[in-house]
Amino acid sequence: MEGTMQGDDLAAIAEKHQGSRRKYCLRTCMSAGCMSSRADAIKKGLDAEVKAQGLEGEVEVRRVGCMGFCGLGPLVGLDGMKEREILFEHVTPEDAPAIIRAVQAKDHGLQVADPDHPFFSKQMRVVRANGGIIDPERIEDYVAANGYRALYHVLTDIRPAEVVEEITRSGLRGRGGAGFPTGLKWGTVAKSPGARKFVVCNGDEGDPGAYMDRSILESDPHLVLEGMAIAAYAVGADQGFLYVRAEYPLAISRLQTAIRQAKQLGLLGGGIFETPFTFNVDIRIGAGAFVCGEETALMASVEGRRGTPRPRPPFPAERGLWGCPTLINNVETFANIVPIINRGAAWYAGIGTERSKGTKVFALTGKVQNNGLIEVPMGITLRQIVEEMGGGAIGGAKVKAVQTGGPSGGCIPAEYLDTSVDYESLTKLGSIMGSGGMVVMDDSTNMVEIARFYMDFCRDESCGKCIPCRAGTVQMFELLEKILSRKATARDIAMLEELCDLVKHTSLCGLGQTAPNPVLSTLRFFRNEYTELLQPEPAGECAASGQ
Amino acid sequence: MTAHASGDKRFKILEAHIKKFQARQDALIEVLHKAQELFGYLEDDLLLFVAHRLKLPPSRVYGVATFYHFFCLKPQGAHTCVVCLGTACYVKGSAKVLAAAEAAAGIKSGETTPDSQLSLLTARCIGACAIAPAVVYDGQVAAKQTPEMVLAQLEKWREPCKATT
Repeated sequence: MEGTMQGDDLAAIAEKHQGSRRKYCLRTCMSAGCMSSRADAIKKGLDAEVKAQGLEGEVEVRRVGCMGFCGLGPLVGLDGMKEREILFEHVTPEDAPAIIRAVQAKDHGLQVADPDHPFFSKQMRVVRANGGIIDPERIEDYVAANGYRALYHVLTDIRPAEVVEEITRSGLRGRGGAGFPTGLKWGTVAKSPGARKFVVCNGDEGDPGAYMDRSILESDPHLVLEGMAIAAYAVGADQGFLYVRAEYPLAISRLQTAIRQAKQLGLLGGGIFETPFTFNVDIRIGAGAFVCGEETALMASVEGRRGTPRPRPPFPAERGLWGCPTLINNVETFANIVPIINRGAAWYAGIGTERSKGTKVFALTGKVQNNGLIEVPMGITLRQIVEEMGGGAIGGAKVKAVQTGGPSGGCIPAEYLDTSVDYESLTKLGSIMGSGGMVVMDDSTNMVEIARFYMDFCRDESCGKCIPCRAGTVQMFELLEKILSRKATARDIAMLEELCDLVKHTSLCGLGQTAPNPVLSTLRFFRNEYTELLQPEPAGECAASGQ
Repeated sequence: MTAHASGDKRFKILEAHIKKFQARQDALIEVLHKAQELFGYLEDDLLLFVAHRLKLPPSRVYGVATFYHFFCLKPQGAHTCVVCLGTACYVKGSAKVLAAAEAAAGIKSGETTPDSQLSLLTARCIGACAIAPAVVYDGQVAAKQTPEMVLAQLEKWREPCKATT
């Protein structure tokens, strides 16, 4: 079957794979979170126990990607029971015999998660449909879950321009943070003249407090590859680059496996599905520079240079990698393509709000009861996420704010929890949707410290190319230090605000332009925490600015 | 012919890796990753070797190696302890974890102990936010760390050294 592949071959792989299924399946989460709590030993233990009991014909122990409820990890799911699936939480390698007892419908005495918990029931899994279900290191699993059908359909039935139209109609917007309409971007690249074009997947998930892309890459790598291939067909590219952070070794190794398997089956390479379409993907490993999430800096890094941004225009869609038209989308954006092609733009456009369509994956973390990854329809309120799904703050404390958008975003105070989660509403509150980090802060959190935390980050990550960002972030950090050490006066706040405005409007790239956001949003909603730390103006100087 | 005058076999492996990329200049970052993996850190001699093989000016190679946080130009300790300072870890007290580690090891983050036993580092976010605060001990991620836990691990590393001295 190597080399060329047809639609029937996909069905044959799926059928053969279905035939090898067992009655019961123990899905063992082997994503980075659970792996840190000995998930590999858990899988080994289960394998050994199944063998010892002679149950190989009945029970399959499957390695799967992230199930989402990482705070309860390590997780093991059990399918095939008479009633419904059982989800074991906080599993240890020593629990293997008890889990096998559960398979035999005997008393097991283990902790189980409630599948009706709002954490699960309020989710809508589009991008993460396969997460925690399929084995990310076996392409057969992905094909059996309807994988690569969308690519087959696109290559054999529709013209590239129609693919772009379909994506435009779906209303999908970039999931990397800025929310640029994806169809519009694809259309621009498709129309740009160029002998060669490129497709780049931005997996440089640098926002602290966000790990959606890591989880998608670790749990369902083929979904991203298939999305990239469809994009390449739509815009006329033959080469793709997947830029992944070096901090995500598991994601890198799973992607390498996925690319190798797809090549073996002829799903990447030349003449895919016996059409003239050719597409190859290379992985480029980042080296720990936050600014490389910015698209022009990312391209410099792919070309093996220092990751410094350059002014736009020209936009990458016109002049990108090596001067060729280049399409750059984020991991989650590419992961949305296959569901849109399979289920139609109209279905997708039916989810979410007027201007924000589809679902969004968030990493719900911080001082919240239930930590983990959630996928929710756009338009859900922050309150539903934080209070119902997240279970509110830990230990009876009160939720004080929710931080979205990382160092480019802001802190949304508890009184705005009824805000709808969509691009416009979050921007209106001085934050951004961002890539999906959602860090909950309780009343013990000092908001000025949080502002300093983010400014320290931006100061450190500023690439140094433009002065407003390089010098401005240092000065803002020092002012915040001064305020926190109770040495500042009202004048310092005024200067801080002036600097915020300057850096925001004169920096070269998104890093500097958004670096003041955490300061501005905390000044807007928690100004009293700043003023409480101020010293009175020295006598004889500008009495008007005293409190 | 040996890849490098020193006769060190690691240069041969690195050379094979460079050939895999047809000595393309845009593969510089991939080559530096491999070099660091083989040698532990990027010393001047190694950077010059890479510059020569990729036909790049040494300034360009040095510029890239110093731009990215992931590359280190100084030798690392026998053990590494990386405290994640991502937002989720920060709000859950990773600053206290780091302070405890710094006090116990007698060094600041980014430094290596004089006996070359321990390098203490910080990360901007390792994406283990749901199990915050996270610390990476010799490449292994550990969940929900406290100052006591990090001290216990540092002590564990120190013990075999004590036994030999």
